[in-house]
Amino acid sequence: MDFSLILAAGIATGTALLFAAVGEIFAERAGVMNLGVEGMMLMGAVAGFSTAVSTGNPWLGVVLAMLTGGIISLLHAVVAIHLRADQVVSGLALTFLGSGLARVFGEGLSNAGATALLPRLTIPLLSEVPIAGKIFFLDQSVLVYVGYLLVPLAWFWINRTRPGLHLRAVGESPAAADAQGIGVYRLRYAYVFVGGLLAGLAGATITLAVSPGWFGEQTTNGRGWIAVGLVIFAQWSPLRAAFGAYLFGTISRFIIDVQGVDTILGTTNPFQAGRSATFFLEMVPYLLVVLVVVIGSREAARKRVGAPAALGTPYVRGERGA
Amino acid sequence: MTIRLEPRVQPPGWLSAAITFAAVGVALVISGVIIAVVGGDPVRSYIHILNAAFGSIGVLSDTLVKATPLLLTGLACALAFRMRLWNIGAEGQFLLGAWGASAVVLAPILPPGTPGFIVIPTMMLAGAAAGGIWGLIPGVLRARLGVNEIITTLMLNYVALFWVQFWVFGPWSEGGFQQTAAFPPEAFLPRLTDFASSVPAFDGLTVQLGLVFGLVAAGIVWLFLERSRWGYEIRLAGDSQRAARYAGVDIARNVIVVFAISGALAGLAGMSEVSGVVHRLQDRISPGYGFTAIIIAYLARFDPFKVIVASVLFGALILAGREIQPSGVPAMIQGIILFSLIVAEVFVRYRVRIERSVAAA
Repeated sequence: MDFSLILAAGIATGTALLFAAVGEIFAERAGVMNLGVEGMMLMGAVAGFSTAVSTGNPWLGVVLAMLTGGIISLLHAVVAIHLRADQVVSGLALTFLGSGLARVFGEGLSNAGATALLPRLTIPLLSEVPIAGKIFFLDQSVLVYVGYLLVPLAWFWINRTRPGLHLRAVGESPAAADAQGIGVYRLRYAYVFVGGLLAGLAGATITLAVSPGWFGEQTTNGRGWIAVGLVIFAQWSPLRAAFGAYLFGTISRFIIDVQGVDTILGTTNPFQAGRSATFFLEMVPYLLVVLVVVIGSREAARKRVGAPAALGTPYVRGERGA
Repeated sequence: MTIRLEPRVQPPGWLSAAITFAAVGVALVISGVIIAVVGGDPVRSYIHILNAAFGSIGVLSDTLVKATPLLLTGLACALAFRMRLWNIGAEGQFLLGAWGASAVVLAPILPPGTPGFIVIPTMMLAGAAAGGIWGLIPGVLRARLGVNEIITTLMLNYVALFWVQFWVFGPWSEGGFQQTAAFPPEAFLPRLTDFASSVPAFDGLTVQLGLVFGLVAAGIVWLFLERSRWGYEIRLAGDSQRAARYAGVDIARNVIVVFAISGALAGLAGMSEVSGVVHRLQDRISPGYGFTAIIIAYLARFDPFKVIVASVLFGALILAGREIQPSGVPAMIQGIILFSLIVAEVFVRYRVRIERSVAAA
C-alpha cells in the first residue's frame, strides 16, 4: 500500500466531516446546538447530486446543496430560537425529516449513473514538496482546497474579529450581549444558517467529489453524527476540528483499503472484503468517536474550557436563564 | 405588532390532548402536500395506510405485531427521557437484545431439546441483559465522566449493527446467507394462531406474547415512575437537577440505573422480535424501531400508557408504509410529526399574545 495515497484520499474523505464540523462549531458557538447535521447533510447531498445530474453543472449543484442545507436549518432555528423548544428534540426531528425528505427526493437517483463532478486540481510548486505535497496538493478536488482555506478563516473570524467577538458573546452570555446592543436572535439565526450552508456543502462534497453517487441514507452513513462528536473533541475550535476530521477521514479510507489486500505481514488478511472480521474493522470509526468524545470531555473538564455557556438554552429577554 | 409568549402556570389537561391531535393532523396535511409535490396521491396513500393497517382483524393483528417492538423501545426512551437522559441508542440496545436472546439457542447456552418453559425465560433474561449492558456503557460514561450520552448512544447503534452482522454473516451464518438457522419451536413465543385448533377465530393471527410483555412493562414502568420513591427521584431529577441534588438524590447512580433499565427494555424488544416474529437472527431485523421509539416517547409525553397508543399508530405507519412509494415517505412523515409536536408543545406551555404596538405608555 502506498501510504501517501491513503493519506491523500483520507484528506478528501475528511473534508466532508470538516465542513459539517466547522458549521456546527459556528452554530454552537452562538449557543444553538443543532443535532440535525446528518439530516442537513443528506438534504445537501441529494440536492447537489440531483442538480448536477439534471443540469450537468456540478457548481450549480454545490450552490443548491448549500442553500438546501441552509434553508432546512432555519426550521430548527425558528423552533429553537423563537419558540424556545428543546434543542435536542428539534435537532433530532431535523435529522428524521432530512433523511426522510432526502429519500423521497432521491427516489430513483441511485440509478442516475455518472454525472459531471467537480474538477480536481494540482497546485504547481506546493505539490512538489516531499511527502506533504503528494498528500495535500496533488490531484485533490477543488473542495479540499476550500477546506484548507475555511479552517484558518473560521478560526480568525471567531477569535480575532469583531463579529467573532459578538458571536462568542451571544453563545457565552446572551443577556450581556443583548445589553451591549448585539442582536442575539439575529446572530443566532445567522450562525445556524451558516451551519446549515456548511452541512449542505458537506453533503455535496460526498456526492459530487469524494464518493460520487446517491446511496440513500448510506450516502452519509452517520457522518453527520461523527461531525457532531468531533465538535466536542475539538472543544469548539476549528483548528482541532480540522485535525479530527482529517484523522477520521484517513481512518475510514484506511479501513476500505485494508479490505482490498490479500496478505498483511505475510499472513492471510482476516479483514479482506467478504470475511466476517471486516465487521470489527467497520466498527472502528464509531468506537473511536466514543473514545475521542471521552477524551474531549475529560480534557475540557480538566482545563475548564467547556461548551459555550449558553449552549442549548433559549434566550428570553428579561428572564434569568434556567 | 409584536408576538409574545407568556408561560401558562397550569396548562389545562384537555388543551394538551387537543393540541397533540391537532399537531398530528397538521403534520399529515403537510406530508400530504409533499407527497402530492413529488407526484404521489396523498388521499389514496392515507386511505391505503388506514386499510392496510386497520382494515380487517388480520391486518390489525399485523399492526399489533409491528407495535410490539415499538412499545418496548418506546418505554425505554420514555423512561430515559423522563430524567432528561437522551438515550438515542434504543436501536442498538434492541439489536444487542436480539443477539443475546439468539445466543441462548445458537451458541448454544442451553442444550438442544431444553423445554420451552426454560428456554423462553432464559432468552428474555439474556436479551434484557445484553440490551442492559449496551445501555450501561453510555450511562456509566455520562454519570462518571460527564460524556455526552447522545453521541455515545448513537455511535453504539452503529457498533451494534456491525456486531450483529458479524454473527449472521460469520459464526452463525446458515450456508453463507445473511441469516442464522431457524430457532427450534421451543424458542418461539406463542402466537394467537398457534391456538387456532381450539379457537378457530385465531387462525392466521400473528399477534404474539411479546405484546403482553410490552403491556405489562408499561404498567410496571408507570408504577415505578408515579408510585415509588425511586420514580419520584427520577422525575425530580428530570424537572430540575439542582432541586434533586438539594433533596439528596444520588443523580449519578440514578443515571446509571435508568440507562440500564432503558437498555434492558429495548433488549427485551429485540428478544420478542427474534423469538416471536422472525424466529431467527438476521441482518436488518429492525426498520428503525429504536428511532421511531424516540418520536413515540415524545408523542406520549413520556407517559407509559400513552406510549401504548402511540406505538399502535406508528406500528400502523410502519406496516402500511412499506408499500407506499417513494419509500422515504414514512420516515418523512415521522420527522414532520415530531417537528409539529415540538411546535405544538409551545402552544401548551405558552399563551401566545399578539399585540398591536399602540400604547407603549
